[in-house]
Amino acid sequence: MVGPGWTRRRAPPGAAPTMNCRAEVLEVSVEGRQVEEAMLAVLHTVLLHRSTGKFHYKKEGTYSIGTVGTQDVDCDFIDFAYVRVSSEELDRALRKAVGEFKDALRSSGSDGMGQISLEFYQKKKSRWPFSDECIPWELWTIKVNVVNLANEQERQICREKVGEKLCEKIINIVEVMNRHEYLPKMPTQSEVDNVFDTSLKDVQPYLYKISYQITDSLGTSVTTTMRRLIKDTLAL
Amino acid sequence: MDTDLSSQDRKDLDKFIKFFALKTVQVIVQARLGEKICTRSSSSPTGSDWFNLAIKDIPEVTHEAKKALAGQLPAVGRSMCVEISLKTSEGDSMELEIWCLEMNEKCDKEIKVSYTVYNRLSLLLKSLLAITRVTPAYRLSRKQGHEYVILYRIYFGEVQLSGLGEGFQTVRVGTVGTPVGTITLSCAYRINLAFMSTRQFERTPPIMGIIIDHFVDRPYPSSSPMHPCNYRAGEDNGAVYPSVEDSQEVCTTSFSTSPPSQLLGPGKEGGVPPVPSQPAHGTQADQERMCTPLDGVHYSAATPSSSEDTETVSNSSEGKSGSPHDLLETIFIRKVGAFVNKPINQVNPPDSPETESPLQGSLHSEGSSGSSTGNTHDDFVMIDFKPAFSKDDILPMDLGTFYREFQNPPQLSSLSIDIGAQSMAEDLDSLPEKLAVHEKNVKEFDAFVETLQ
Repeated sequence: MVGPGWTRRRAPPGAAPTMNCRAEVLEVSVEGRQVEEAMLAVLHTVLLHRSTGKFHYKKEGTYSIGTVGTQDVDCDFIDFAYVRVSSEELDRALRKAVGEFKDALRSSGSDGMGQISLEFYQKKKSRWPFSDECIPWELWTIKVNVVNLANEQERQICREKVGEKLCEKIINIVEVMNRHEYLPKMPTQSEVDNVFDTSLKDVQPYLYKISYQITDSLGTSVTTTMRRLIKDTLAL
Repeated sequence: MDTDLSSQDRKDLDKFIKFFALKTVQVIVQARLGEKICTRSSSSPTGSDWFNLAIKDIPEVTHEAKKALAGQLPAVGRSMCVEISLKTSEGDSMELEIWCLEMNEKCDKEIKVSYTVYNRLSLLLKSLLAITRVTPAYRLSRKQGHEYVILYRIYFGEVQLSGLGEGFQTVRVGTVGTPVGTITLSCAYRINLAFMSTRQFERTPPIMGIIIDHFVDRPYPSSSPMHPCNYRAGEDNGAVYPSVEDSQEVCTTSFSTSPPSQLLGPGKEGGVPPVPSQPAHGTQADQERMCTPLDGVHYSAATPSSSEDTETVSNSSEGKSGSPHDLLETIFIRKVGAFVNKPINQVNPPDSPETESPLQGSLHSEGSSGSSTGNTHDDFVMIDFKPAFSKDDILPMDLGTFYREFQNPPQLSSLSIDIGAQSMAEDLDSLPEKLAVHEKNVKEFDAFVETLQ
């Protein structure tokens, strides 16, 4: 049986798009029906750490922060449970992105391989006529390899194995978060939309975008499809 | 050493550490209650949500934590520990995890207390929320009720890891540097139990021998009693615990917009908002579908046990029959009436521990009274019965065997290539004859169809 497994690699410093952007790569082998839940588990765990309550700026130049609720999610196809931010809007956005990724993987053929990326960025205003720059400061990439299993017994073992590997991944994500490396400075009211996504009504994640790539069965990137889902509050 | 820290900062820091410790305990215990936790986000701060996270305060837990701390704070050599253990209905217990909140001497003088430390503590709590679902005890606690319960105990002082057995693993949740030391949160957990509950096909009988070592009645190192993580009515002494006093413990919710390096006179962080009127969540229209019915009020009313109990009674339903799907069943040798000690496949996903099979239903009628969940389980009665999937009356088959056979069925004979090809050829040959016969009887068929209409 093809063993499902995860590994985590630190991208070499030269591969980072900009100087301050740290990049983490996770690799996973899952069964087709586990793709969605596995992706959501990782993305939600990252966003849990990268979301705050809504900021409310006051006249004196101070601001207060709203409260972030959390909830448990049980996976149906993996022996695993995770915690996500209690925000239906955020959940919908992630599910939409992951759903598209899953469909693209499926339609690419039986040797489904692809990757989904979650990038946190800051906007830097430029003077006219130049458009605003998006400067990434953290990039999470999850490489997915879809395996096909022959019978129910293998599927049952896969459920457990992927569950265990996801546990390891959560520990790894928390480890990265705990390093307290670069985070954008807390912005003033006029700058808040350059750092945070203020479009949601109950929580405020850092500005992020999700993109994905599908590799065809030959492993070449000539026929890769690139699509981007942009989550900016200000349309460019 | 503390001359660099202003008295206001020192006071704030102590308050943060104290409430961080209390919230840590809440998160850990709530994660072992055996049910899914759900709290609502709120865009308007109420002043009662420490670290900008909606973490409910269960009064008994706060009471126990405060009792253990006895007015002190975690410091070097004085750690706050939450011990999670499993106790079977026979009274044997086993430590599963020890969560430690420690402080070491490494100080970070430059860090801003009300801003950076506060936010990092908030991040650490989020990490704790994530990690508590990832250790093996989480899955065990979701299935508690029939055969075992999960208990917690809080103590303050030296960390004691000896009860975890050999080969325990440690996971670090995170650290936060402060001007008075570095706060570290970690968990040491037993691993061998987890191995057994996840390998249905590979379990071997000798496991029983290994486990028995762990079921030792040992005196507790300190005098603090164990507490159940799922608030049964009978086990509580019914005491009403005061809800967390909030008059002087309002948390910081105002922050300065200026970067930490600049000084801002009037906008000094730490501004205390007016005492909140609760709940402020009425305006939130957020509907969480899978939410357990938390009403968003963080300081529970005077009788907290009742609401917890209604949620958990269904979880820990009449304990006698036990669930045939309970994976830990094989560990406890006691013959539970008709249940045979064989590994039984987990049919249901982990989030429905209270699903009842027809088996359980039939046993229920046999004489389990509606015992209150607080009582210890009565003696089991040997009941002779025929399982639903029994092959014949002489050789009763148990559910596990049936399921294993069902999972690996023999190939259908008609699908095997040679026989299939043969019969196919035969079918094709006989087709013209069959068609001729049918054509002759066309009128009969038509008449039959008429009668149907």
